[in-house]
Amino acid sequence: MAEVPRILYCHCAYAQVVPAEVKTAVLRKLCDAGVAFDAVPDLCEMSARQDPNLQNLVSGGCVKIAACYPRAVKWLFAAAKAPLPPDGAEVLNMRVQTAEEIVTALLNTGLQPNVPQGKVTAEDAPQPVAAT
Amino acid sequence: MAVKDQYSLRVVLYDGDGAQPIPASDRFDATTALLEKGFSVTQAKPGQTVSPIGSAPLLLLGRFANTDAPEIAGTVPGSRVVSRNILGVDAAGISALSEAASLELQAARFGEWKPWFPVIDYDRCTNCMQCLSFCLFGVYGVDDAQKIQVQNNDNCKTNCPACSRVCPEAAIMFPKYKAGPINGDVVSNSDLNREKMKIDISALLGGDVYSMLRERSEKAQSRFSKERDADKALKERQKCLVKLAQSGDIPPEVLMSLPSPDEIARRAEEAKAKAAAALAHQTPPA
Repeated sequence: MAEVPRILYCHCAYAQVVPAEVKTAVLRKLCDAGVAFDAVPDLCEMSARQDPNLQNLVSGGCVKIAACYPRAVKWLFAAAKAPLPPDGAEVLNMRVQTAEEIVTALLNTGLQPNVPQGKVTAEDAPQPVAAT
Repeated sequence: MAVKDQYSLRVVLYDGDGAQPIPASDRFDATTALLEKGFSVTQAKPGQTVSPIGSAPLLLLGRFANTDAPEIAGTVPGSRVVSRNILGVDAAGISALSEAASLELQAARFGEWKPWFPVIDYDRCTNCMQCLSFCLFGVYGVDDAQKIQVQNNDNCKTNCPACSRVCPEAAIMFPKYKAGPINGDVVSNSDLNREKMKIDISALLGGDVYSMLRERSEKAQSRFSKERDADKALKERQKCLVKLAQSGDIPPEVLMSLPSPDEIARRAEEAKAKAAAALAHQTPPA
């Protein structure tokens, strides 16, 4: 049986850059779903302080992370000497995605790794789906 | 107390065997309160996986009606672990319990500083040392291999993204910045034209960032000494810096708190020398 990804939620507590309604809705839906998950107050702060808890967060197998931009999340972990597994992490972006999209992806047991590898340019961004 | 490399408290909300279920709304309230206080929270469920425990100081919270808290699997010898019964305790009470446990377990406390600091995208960084030369506050340094790194993130000026604007590769991110690519968003073609942005800033400052800052500061000091009017001098200085602040999105308070002209010159020379030394080290022998 394939490994079920763990869930990690970042509350981005020390800034207003993640819409409050999105992060609140994501957290509430995770609680309502009754699933196990880890939640951290602020990945930036943990990275800046090189909190060893970040090592634990990446060392337990594949993980889905509700936070912000994948490029930022990748290098926040790397800066704390806790690099994300390239093929074992999926980052959902609460700055631009809806709570519904994020929770659907988090609760889906499949993993779609999207941690950037190499230079990230505009061509790497998800392209809008053409109307049919 | 320095908190670098120290564990913060991890709180586990447990409602598995031996504990009464915690309603979803209560779990949400408790988790929100704990996160706002700076604690990590794990919602543990029987048969489901969360991150390993390791050596983190741990507080186990559960509604234990007639039993003690269960043993926690996965702790390492010497782990600091305590459990508390939260039967009948509301979110505010849980928050207070956790504050006390954090002290008891001597866990690092976060949340006293807005985490504003540069994060380097090493997929883009070319080790050009522009950031090291530019930053007056000693945020950057090099490692033993002369590779650029963020060494003193506490020195970074909150809300100031100036160094990311001089990076020719858009490799410096501030994840809490409002806009891309500085916030970590993908780098667009227009962003790739970073040299232009760098030149624009340089032109704005009359060709030399440090000379211009020195000049502005000297002018402000001169006015102050002639007029002996602190308020007027401050207003003039603020007026001088408005354009710079707007164009570079540099917070006025950062510019207003710049050191004396002599100190700026000294730091600039120091930063340039460090960058030059690092670059020289990179040059292959002829």
